[in-house]
Amino acid sequence: MGCSPNLPKTTMVKSDFGYNSKIEGEVIVTRADAVVNWVRSNSVWPMPMGLACCAIELMAAGGSRFDISRFGMEVMRFSPRQADCMIVAGTVTYKMAEVVRRIYDQMAEPKWVVAMGACASTGGMYRSYATLQGVDNIVPVDIYISGCPPRPEALLDGMMLLQEKIRQEGGSLRRTFRGRTVETKIVS
Amino acid sequence: MDAAALTSRFPATQDLAGKDMPTYRVAGTDLLAVVSALRGEQGFDLLADLCGLELQGRPVRFGVVIHLLSTTHKEYVRLHVDAVNDRVPSVSSLHPGANWHEREAFDMFGITFTGHPDPRRILMWEAYPYHPLRKDFPLAGIEVPLPAADVAEVTGQTVEPAPMMGGPFVSHGGHFSEGEPSALDQSWNEQKPKA
Ligand code: SF4
Repeated sequence: MGCSPNLPKTTMVKSDFGYNSKIEGEVIVTRADAVVNWVRSNSVWPMPMGLACCAIELMAAGGSRFDISRFGMEVMRFSPRQADCMIVAGTVTYKMAEVVRRIYDQMAEPKWVVAMGACASTGGMYRSYATLQGVDNIVPVDIYISGCPPRPEALLDGMMLLQEKIRQEGGSLRRTFRGRTVETKIVS
Repeated sequence: MDAAALTSRFPATQDLAGKDMPTYRVAGTDLLAVVSALRGEQGFDLLADLCGLELQGRPVRFGVVIHLLSTTHKEYVRLHVDAVNDRVPSVSSLHPGANWHEREAFDMFGITFTGHPDPRRILMWEAYPYHPLRKDFPLAGIEVPLPAADVAEVTGQTVEPAPMMGGPFVSHGGHFSEGEPSALDQSWNEQKPKA
């Protein structure tokens, strides 16, 4: 969309919003989804679910050296009502799993989940009676980031992948989890 | 540390000849009086640690170890107490700092501290049916429902035994340098399908 079909392939602009004003005039033609996704992807408000050591790297990513605000994500919200993306940074115990799920349920759609580090992705080195073996057992995860802990660069890379994913999304908010549509229940 | 005063006053007390600090085995019935005497008369005013332990091959399965520190004389004393019938008197009336330590020992070993002001679990959730640091409890865990029934219903998740994937790593006896710790269980193929 937005690109005229008689432009040669090599000069076609990758972005959905590239246009050539000489050909198309001062008009941008696009889909509403693309505009909405563009807005969403550049203002992801993370919910920092810092549960263990990975949260330190999450903090570093927010600091001036790595500066997550370059991607429009510096607005860490500790209230799930105001957040779009839960970054699960750390070891999720079975006792905490309930809290993680409730906070996820309280976030408004659309919402995304990033499993940061080995623990959040798979349980990591904690093969024990107390640790949930991957946060994807209780919430749908969009991006997994490897590392113990992942460096802030890895987190930023994961968040850029998430932006990419958001830009590809269709208009539907339906999400599937374990083969069925997730019903978002608000539990107070 | 006046050892004679302790052993003469509490004849059931047994000197265990500790190598790093004076160590005594104290009868559970004497425990409060001993701790109180050590605090009042010998200046052991700080409870540095209290932990449960399970010793296999002894008539009483569980015990409690208490480390007391004297901040005036700069010395420690260690007390062993056998948990007869899994019960030990709580010392948190004398040392309030023992409160959470005793809750942890209860949570992990199931030792009941009689007279404890708040005898709840501290690490696992209240409805958890096991005491995970007991020797007969597998590291991977035993399947039980999640603590929150509504979350369990939405996610279909339970507290399930962790895949041990080549672990746990254990040493095979002998001196540390004689063998690398290695895995007992080689279940590398364990896989759980994720939808
Ligand atoms: S993945 Fe490593 S750094 Fe991150 S929470 Fe787990 S143990 Fe800590």
